[in-house]
Amino acid sequence: MDHELLTTLVVNGTTVARRIEPRQHLTDFLREELDLTGSHIGCEHGVCGACTVRVDGEIVRGCLTLAVACNGKTVETIEGVSDTGEAAEMQHAFHERNALQCGFCTPGMILCAMDLVKHRPTATRTEIREYISGNYCRCTGYHAIVDAIEAVLISKQSLAGTAAGAAGAAEGGRS
Amino acid sequence: MSTDRIDMATTAPVTDRPPVHAPGTRSQTGYIGKSEPRANAKRLLQGRGSYTDDLRFPRLAQVVFFRSPHAHAKLKKLDLSKARAAPGVIAVVDGYAVRDICSPWIGVLSHLKGIRSPQQFPLAVEIARWQGEPVAAVVAETRAQAEDARDLIDADWEPLPVVVDMHEALAGKVVIHPDLGDNICFHREVDTGGVDDAFAKADVVVEQEYGFGRHTGVCLEPRIILADYNAGEHSLTVHHNTQSPHMMQQLFAKHFGIAEANIQVIAKDVGGGYGIKVHTYPDEMCTVALSIMLRRPVKFVADRMESMISDIHAREHKVKIRLAATKAGEILAIDMDDLTAIGPYSVYPRTSGIEGNQVVNLTGGAYRHQQYRAKLNAVFTNKNVTCQYRAVGHPIAMAITEGIVDEAAKKAGIDPAEFRRRNLIADDAYPYTYPSGIRFEKLSHQKCFDKLMELMDYDALRAEQAALRKQGVHRGIGLAAIIEVTSPSAAFYGVGGAPISAQDGATLRLDVSGMVTVLSGVTEQGQGTDAIFAQIAATAVGVSIDKVRVLTGDTRVTPYGGGTWASRGAGIGGEAVLQSGKALKSNILDVAAAMLNVKKTTLDIIENFVIDTTTGEKKLPLAEVGRVAYFRPDTLPMNFQSELTVTRHFVPREYAFTFANGMQGSLVEVDPDTGFVKLLKHWCVGDCGTVINPLLVDEQTRGGIVQGIGGAMFEECMYDSNGQMLNGNLADYLVPMAFEMPDIVTAHVETPTRTSELGAKGAGENGTAGAPAAIMNAINDALAPFDARVTVQPFTPERILAALGKV
Repeated sequence: MDHELLTTLVVNGTTVARRIEPRQHLTDFLREELDLTGSHIGCEHGVCGACTVRVDGEIVRGCLTLAVACNGKTVETIEGVSDTGEAAEMQHAFHERNALQCGFCTPGMILCAMDLVKHRPTATRTEIREYISGNYCRCTGYHAIVDAIEAVLISKQSLAGTAAGAAGAAEGGRS
Repeated sequence: MSTDRIDMATTAPVTDRPPVHAPGTRSQTGYIGKSEPRANAKRLLQGRGSYTDDLRFPRLAQVVFFRSPHAHAKLKKLDLSKARAAPGVIAVVDGYAVRDICSPWIGVLSHLKGIRSPQQFPLAVEIARWQGEPVAAVVAETRAQAEDARDLIDADWEPLPVVVDMHEALAGKVVIHPDLGDNICFHREVDTGGVDDAFAKADVVVEQEYGFGRHTGVCLEPRIILADYNAGEHSLTVHHNTQSPHMMQQLFAKHFGIAEANIQVIAKDVGGGYGIKVHTYPDEMCTVALSIMLRRPVKFVADRMESMISDIHAREHKVKIRLAATKAGEILAIDMDDLTAIGPYSVYPRTSGIEGNQVVNLTGGAYRHQQYRAKLNAVFTNKNVTCQYRAVGHPIAMAITEGIVDEAAKKAGIDPAEFRRRNLIADDAYPYTYPSGIRFEKLSHQKCFDKLMELMDYDALRAEQAALRKQGVHRGIGLAAIIEVTSPSAAFYGVGGAPISAQDGATLRLDVSGMVTVLSGVTEQGQGTDAIFAQIAATAVGVSIDKVRVLTGDTRVTPYGGGTWASRGAGIGGEAVLQSGKALKSNILDVAAAMLNVKKTTLDIIENFVIDTTTGEKKLPLAEVGRVAYFRPDTLPMNFQSELTVTRHFVPREYAFTFANGMQGSLVEVDPDTGFVKLLKHWCVGDCGTVINPLLVDEQTRGGIVQGIGGAMFEECMYDSNGQMLNGNLADYLVPMAFEMPDIVTAHVETPTRTSELGAKGAGENGTAGAPAAIMNAINDALAPFDARVTVQPFTPERILAALGKV
């Protein structure tokens, strides 16, 4: 293909360089070129969130991001945040609460949930629900996912000793 | 909560029959009833599952499909030459080429008397009958190349008259399959005989028509099949995200002329099923045909747009229902007429008659009236096919029943909860034969009802509702009683000639290290099959749960089974695991007794050790039993042979279905100015018999409720008058999001089935079955002061405003 562009990016801490077609989206690039199959394709038009990955630290839809646009950037996938241990607490909370069934949405959901913890550390249940609404789950009914994220927030708040924040997070009320 | 089962368990000899589970208590030695997190969830949490699209194969080719852009049209010309010349293209085929490889099928079953459907081929031949029907297939080295080439296919169509409205289909002015004479696929009537008399005598007669939007499953992982034909041995390996590998093995054998033993179907991790992935799809059969033709692995991955027009749809019904009752609120009779549109073919091999058939079977659900009349017409239309989707028929049967019960309560001037209480089939009335002919072994409507009232604090909610109404806040409370078909016997499909196994098997093996491997014919799409089988196996054998590994989804290694559908995994597969586990334990004790030279009856297995039952003394670790049995059998008596792999099977036979039951409540707030509905809270009390893992049952229930809410509030496959789907993508087809969903409170009543030792019934349909009914009744309760009601799902703001006379 004469249209291919040399693209160099850091994926999960490793620099990779590939000649890729400009039309290839990031999720196809990760899955097909790098065999990182943890990022999933659920709709390929930016609605379901199963393809969520991080680019330069912020979550994006992998299916709406062209791989060539990530030239010079850092990309982190579910495999990366699992191996560094960064996702461990959230994964543990999901596991304990059975906040996944088929697991297809889960990598995207975990990355979104971690993003919430970073940006909205005192979120209420209602705010958690709003934040993760860009990530579809067809199996769980969401309740357990909200429980798991809430548990992580409360745990982090009590570790930080921010009693006021913990009260805020509990405000939504657990049924 | 006491049941007979507790008594049985506590009085049975300990060594002979270990207590499986005492409902409402924690088993002392076992894992049944415990909220064990799923071991197999860990890999999924790290993105390290093996979904079919994650597999990597040498020489893998990708197929994409050219689909009919018309709902009904004759193919005048199909020029594939430009596509064949495109870069990377390996083959481009039409319907004629593929039908030589794959024989046609017909989606009928003999026990659905009179059901008809024409032959169906992998690719349409001459005429396409729905928008999205596959017409040609393009195989290339990459998917992008295949899609590029597809754009070069030149087709010329002659549009034919389109039938999209179900009433027009029934009237039959245009007949989709001329050979059949009319558009009726399946017709059924049930009549107990006394309906007209009951209505004539009734004080209260109510009548209503309900409509249900056609919707679909939207598995987040689309349908995927990877077929790998080996010409050297005429064998076929199919990696397929199916719910029923053995059924697919049968179908591939039959339609491709390959010996069943030469076909292996493997379903590793599957990204949701809900009934979508348990049918024969033309594009999937075509993919297998292409692998045979090309002698290389070929993969098809549906994209979302084509999923929306090719995954089965469901639930397009219009039902008229009448109910007769006395002044005192006793239901005397129900009379209903269901019309459902199923698309141009009855889907193979389960048929598209089952959904309507279930509506006939289940309508009237939890109530004890004696007179019932029902009529069903399932008609062909030029839309995508419909077939069994989660809680098949239940959401319709429950919604029409619960809707008309609310109307009757209102007319009789009785509170809807009280009206239900007076009519529920009593908990001591079982076994019970229902007017439609189905039989219930033992249900617990009254217990569930009482528990729901308590859980909701119903009276307080009513008081709050009244107070808020005065402030102009319009809340509504809705109730729904549920009966739920689970763990079906062969009466569901097998008797009708379908190659679908009602029985299931489990093989348990003690490994050398004292670990236990479980192989089951049931499959896993996230329900937690693997987890509960580990719990059951650990309990039955006497090992800790970390010693158990479970393998499902491979026809070559698992015992023969039906897979996962109709909530059969726990009740049928689980019982097979239990019986196999008990047999393995007995065989382990035979080895231990021989090693220790003691009587087997003096030994038991607890927490990975063979123990002396009298003293509790640990005699041998299971690893030692494994070592001796496998590596040092020379030390065992000459005439002794250890048998540390055992297989047991189970099938329900006494009842056609192992019915479960439940009760749901919904609290909503309707904004009469915008028509928006806020779901404030939802409650569900379910009785799935023995609860093996409350954590998993709760999430099955909640997930099911949200799918039910989807159909009730958001989801509809919308078609125009030309049979074009208008919202075939996830931006326009609305799937429930976290923000719109309420917290869902769940609780359990446990009435174990006596048809198995495990006592488990299914838990997967209750939520989806009852949620639309509860939501509808809650919305209509909120609209009551305006003398308005909605009866057509989904209940969009527009429909609510129309009911209020505002648009």
